[in-house]
Amino acid sequence: MDTRSRVSWSAESTGPPDGPAVPLSLDPTDLDMLLLIRHVELGLLKLFAAGHLGGTTHTCLGQEYVPVALNPLLQPAFVFSNHRGHGHYLAQFGDVAGLIAEVTGREGAVCGGRGGSQHLYRTGFCSTGVQGENVPVALGAALHFRTSGSDSLAVAYIGDGTWGEGVVYEALNMARLWRAPLVVVVENNGIAQTTPTSRAMAGSIAARAAAFDVRYAHVAVNCVRTIRAELAEPLRQTRAGAGPLVIEFRTDRLGPHSKGDDTRDPAVVRELWERDWAAGYARAYPTEFASADERQREFVAAVTAEVLARPLVGSAAG
Amino acid sequence: MSVAITGRRVSAGLNQALHDLFAGDDRLFLLGEDVVDPYGGAFGVTRGLSTAYPDRVLGTPISEGGITGVAAGLALCGDRAIVEVMFGDFITLCVDPLVNFISKSVTMYGRRLPMGVVVRCPVGGNRGYGPTHSQNLQKLLFGVPNLQLLELSPLHDPRRTLDRALAGGEPAVFFEDKVLYTTPEYRAGRIDNCLRFAPVDESWMLVDADDGPADWVVIAPGGLVPRLLPAMRAALVDDEVLTRALVPDRLWPLDLDPVLPVVGDATRVLVVEDGPAGGGWAAEVTRVLYERLWGRLRHPVRILQPPCAVIPAATHLERDLLLQSEIIYRILAGGDDG
Repeated sequence: MDTRSRVSWSAESTGPPDGPAVPLSLDPTDLDMLLLIRHVELGLLKLFAAGHLGGTTHTCLGQEYVPVALNPLLQPAFVFSNHRGHGHYLAQFGDVAGLIAEVTGREGAVCGGRGGSQHLYRTGFCSTGVQGENVPVALGAALHFRTSGSDSLAVAYIGDGTWGEGVVYEALNMARLWRAPLVVVVENNGIAQTTPTSRAMAGSIAARAAAFDVRYAHVAVNCVRTIRAELAEPLRQTRAGAGPLVIEFRTDRLGPHSKGDDTRDPAVVRELWERDWAAGYARAYPTEFASADERQREFVAAVTAEVLARPLVGSAAG
Repeated sequence: MSVAITGRRVSAGLNQALHDLFAGDDRLFLLGEDVVDPYGGAFGVTRGLSTAYPDRVLGTPISEGGITGVAAGLALCGDRAIVEVMFGDFITLCVDPLVNFISKSVTMYGRRLPMGVVVRCPVGGNRGYGPTHSQNLQKLLFGVPNLQLLELSPLHDPRRTLDRALAGGEPAVFFEDKVLYTTPEYRAGRIDNCLRFAPVDESWMLVDADDGPADWVVIAPGGLVPRLLPAMRAALVDDEVLTRALVPDRLWPLDLDPVLPVVGDATRVLVVEDGPAGGGWAAEVTRVLYERLWGRLRHPVRILQPPCAVIPAATHLERDLLLQSEIIYRILAGGDDG
């Protein structure tokens, strides 16, 4: 199968994911992680509806494959995530209980209930809720790695909408000047809350990277194995001192931005669900998928029930 | 109203403090625009550092917000970072990383993350730089959890101030009145043959002439010291008015406990601030004084601030708007009842 046309170095940044007709079969641990993230996100929407969550939650339904594909390529790395960061966190740590405890304010919360959905921290991972803010911070980590002889990467996850923020450009400029081991992963899902990318972005992400002479990869597939095979080398080069890298994933956000704020035509959203990685994989490998799906659904439900039975976190910590 | 000049200038002391900090900390960075040699920063404060530490003293593009974020990333990895903002007015461009990320990160992740970041910024007028290069914007950052606000003073050793800022793990903004750079620093407790000073605690300095009962206590940040000292001296020599001045190197968090006895003993209290009225340090100091010393204060606390107006560029207009030594003197000498 020719994957070159799907993961390219100069492709346009528009258009829907162009998945292989038949996705490559996945290692069971990858399929489990994809479905673990899916069921955590579906579960959080249910918890929200049932009144167990305050504030809001931004789910990554449809985008789970991005961090799952990248995770083994990011060892070691310091990942700087954003508001839609549950999948990034879970792909790195698999810590369902810590995340659900965090968003429900229960004992065992990874940040003591202080941070909530958008502000998670563990060694090697940090998310925060202001768009673009994490890119210069990730550059600082990259500068630390470059000047301390570490071969670690600094990774910033952003969305298509984040390109509206000026500090993203400030950071890209400096990252190239300093040849910093910074990777900016763009999850371009075509919509920023309710605003289509076409109404918020002139030009393209590829051209933005080119303007700063920053290496760029475009990923239009949702096949974990294909993505890994294609991105291993450019990431290795950044690790070895070739300078920053922008990876644009053309992906789909299946759910609303946060809760009930999806203004898209239901027919359009239905189409996205039909071309979703999970739907494609279920069609290609129905037995394997059904079994893993059921396993993760039950696992997440059991962990959730256990966490909800815990006491609320106290106010002493932090 | 002249004060004897002794010792080196404040900018030289600050420059030496930065050299000492770098010599003792191989994971300290400094980022800023035009900070590299031979220029060494718009006010020469970083001179020599980039030559001695080329990998850790980085001249950056004009990207105040970006470099403040970079400092945060260094701190999260265990380094320390000083950001020099060329003019304090541009601190507005650093507010998002300071308020929403660096200061919050100390506690928002449910554990204490040390964030060794100091943003240095030259502030203040009386140099003819005009509306966008002369302000004291301290109030914009007042009362942010985990964010310290420090101010340069010719009475304080800047090495000690910076050491405390970097060692505590709570980020700081260091406001440096730019007129101070070219004025003398005072050491060994002596200002001239009339005035002396001594620490009250690690932050507050007390300036006076003798131990007699004070007609006034003046509470003022470091940037006002060159305008305050001549006023105190003239009021003493010409009018026999004894003034005791209290000068902190930390504006926030505000701890008035160590100086309450001195304030409570004075006949009158004056709080002076270079930023205009409408919230801010002087108002907060005064609020706490009323709360803590109600019943002991003999007169209402007087606050002296410039009018809330855009700072003009023309030297004579700027001088008329901003606080000068003469207005402080008139108040101390009883010639201005406000």
